[in-house]
Amino acid sequence: MRPRHEPDRMGCCDAMAIIQTDQLTRRYGRQTAVDGLSLEIGEREIFGFLGPNGAGKTTTILMLLGLTEPTAGRARVLGYDPARDPLQIKRQVGYLPENVGFYDDLTGLENLRYMGRLNRLPEAQAPALIEEALSTVGLEGEGNKLVGAYSRGMRQRLGIAELLVKNPKLLILDEPTLGLDPDGTNRMLELIVSLRRERGMTVMLSSHQLEQVQRICTRVGIMIKGKLAALGSLEELSKGGSGDKAGPNLEEIYMRYFKEA
Amino acid sequence: MWTICRKELADHFGSIRFLILFCLILMVALVSTYMAATHVREALDGAKPSQVFLLLFTTPGKFFSLVQFIALFGPLLGIIMGFDAINRERQHRTLGKLVSQPIYRDAIVNGKFLAGVLTISVALLSMMLLLTGLGLMTVGVVPGIEEIGRLAIYLLVSIAYVSFWLGLAILFSVLFRSLATSALAAVALWIFSAFFVGFLADLAADALRPIRNPRDPEEIVANRRFADASSLASPAVLYSQATSTILDPYRRTRSNLVLTGPMERLSLERFERPLPLDQSILVVWPYLTLLAAMTLVCFGLSYVVFMRQEIRSV
Repeated sequence: MRPRHEPDRMGCCDAMAIIQTDQLTRRYGRQTAVDGLSLEIGEREIFGFLGPNGAGKTTTILMLLGLTEPTAGRARVLGYDPARDPLQIKRQVGYLPENVGFYDDLTGLENLRYMGRLNRLPEAQAPALIEEALSTVGLEGEGNKLVGAYSRGMRQRLGIAELLVKNPKLLILDEPTLGLDPDGTNRMLELIVSLRRERGMTVMLSSHQLEQVQRICTRVGIMIKGKLAALGSLEELSKGGSGDKAGPNLEEIYMRYFKEA
Repeated sequence: MWTICRKELADHFGSIRFLILFCLILMVALVSTYMAATHVREALDGAKPSQVFLLLFTTPGKFFSLVQFIALFGPLLGIIMGFDAINRERQHRTLGKLVSQPIYRDAIVNGKFLAGVLTISVALLSMMLLLTGLGLMTVGVVPGIEEIGRLAIYLLVSIAYVSFWLGLAILFSVLFRSLATSALAAVALWIFSAFFVGFLADLAADALRPIRNPRDPEEIVANRRFADASSLASPAVLYSQATSTILDPYRRTRSNLVLTGPMERLSLERFERPLPLDQSILVVWPYLTLLAAMTLVCFGLSYVVFMRQEIRSV
């Protein structure tokens, strides 16, 4: 289908849209993983992508990164089309997959160096950038340990450090707090908030844990069975019915769905 | 691509399994040269061929020659380098991360293949240099230029041959999710091509070109021709026939002659002079192309499969 927008205009609003999707759809055989998703995420937002497991959050993210082709519809990320220009997007977007893996037989530092090289960091600046990334996520002094010896929380923070090395404009975090203990979760959430505050990064994070999203997100989209069930700021959603696209109450949707599951 | 290649190289040379395998191959190679060196004298009895140095690599000694050994166990080297290339990244959940870096997806496969080929080249080259040195010491024959040329070509063909198995192993590592499955599949194919293809080729020849009358030379030749042709499906056969022709200047056909009657032998002996290098190459040229083509097909296939695979299922 033809896009409704001008190819290079980023929507209407004064804040530039970092992510924009238009009727984005992905089908696997007969199953529709993502069904007509239209969404806009502006600069310096922390957008919470809520939904139960299997709602299509990860598929959406993969389409935004150009790792999966949409069946229909289109997306723009930082002004680029993921289906055509995935490399441009990957250069400026840090993506932390769910349960990210590392080369366990290398040290944290070596893992970071490898990612830096893949992102073509200039060799002269890389050590400083890596050091900075490590201290931002609170892993200074741990860089020379083998990643195999890292705790889960440390691995997750190392994952963020790998993204920071390339100084991305947009962070896409898939279930960043999954499997972390309360302390680890808190540190992770604080880290995300500080990245936005201090570095002006836009963050899109997916989660199925409501209270975490509630604590840090400026805006929330709820995805259920491939469809966007609700979209808006927390206040808009909790009032229920206000705001232009707001659907039912956030708690309600959340509760209804999770009782079923 | 170079970054990936660099990291994979570091991985290969640092990995314990590579060291173990290399030690093993080295040991066997040393033993085989030693055996060959002690047997060269006997092999030289009576005849006085030129290019004695090549005999170091081809004289079977007590058990086997180096050439036979590489033909049989070279594939193992390739399989070990490649069987977990892609699915290890999958298992450690690093593949998803890798493909979300600003690199083309093919760079991953290319880098891994290239690193494997480089490692193989280094391993084979150092092995050959070592043997050459040992040969110089034990036999005291200095290789001539043509012999060096033949050895260099032999090295190239060996690298291509092991690379074929590397490509195959990488293909399996793309196709199969589990490390064990891809390793087993590659090893199974290796055993099949090393041991069973010749046998099957005989069977097929007997079935399709039966020898009804054992005294009819045409039937026998047709039968042999068919068996030879079908056994070429095995890269191991291809390789050993190609390399033995290259290393043995006295060979002028690719396969062992069947039915050399006394008259034929006489006529052959009239030309009992070594074949020049370019003629040897000419004889095996089709083999070399076929080997190269098989390597490329394997590599290309894994490339295509990998490019089309869903990252989703990482």
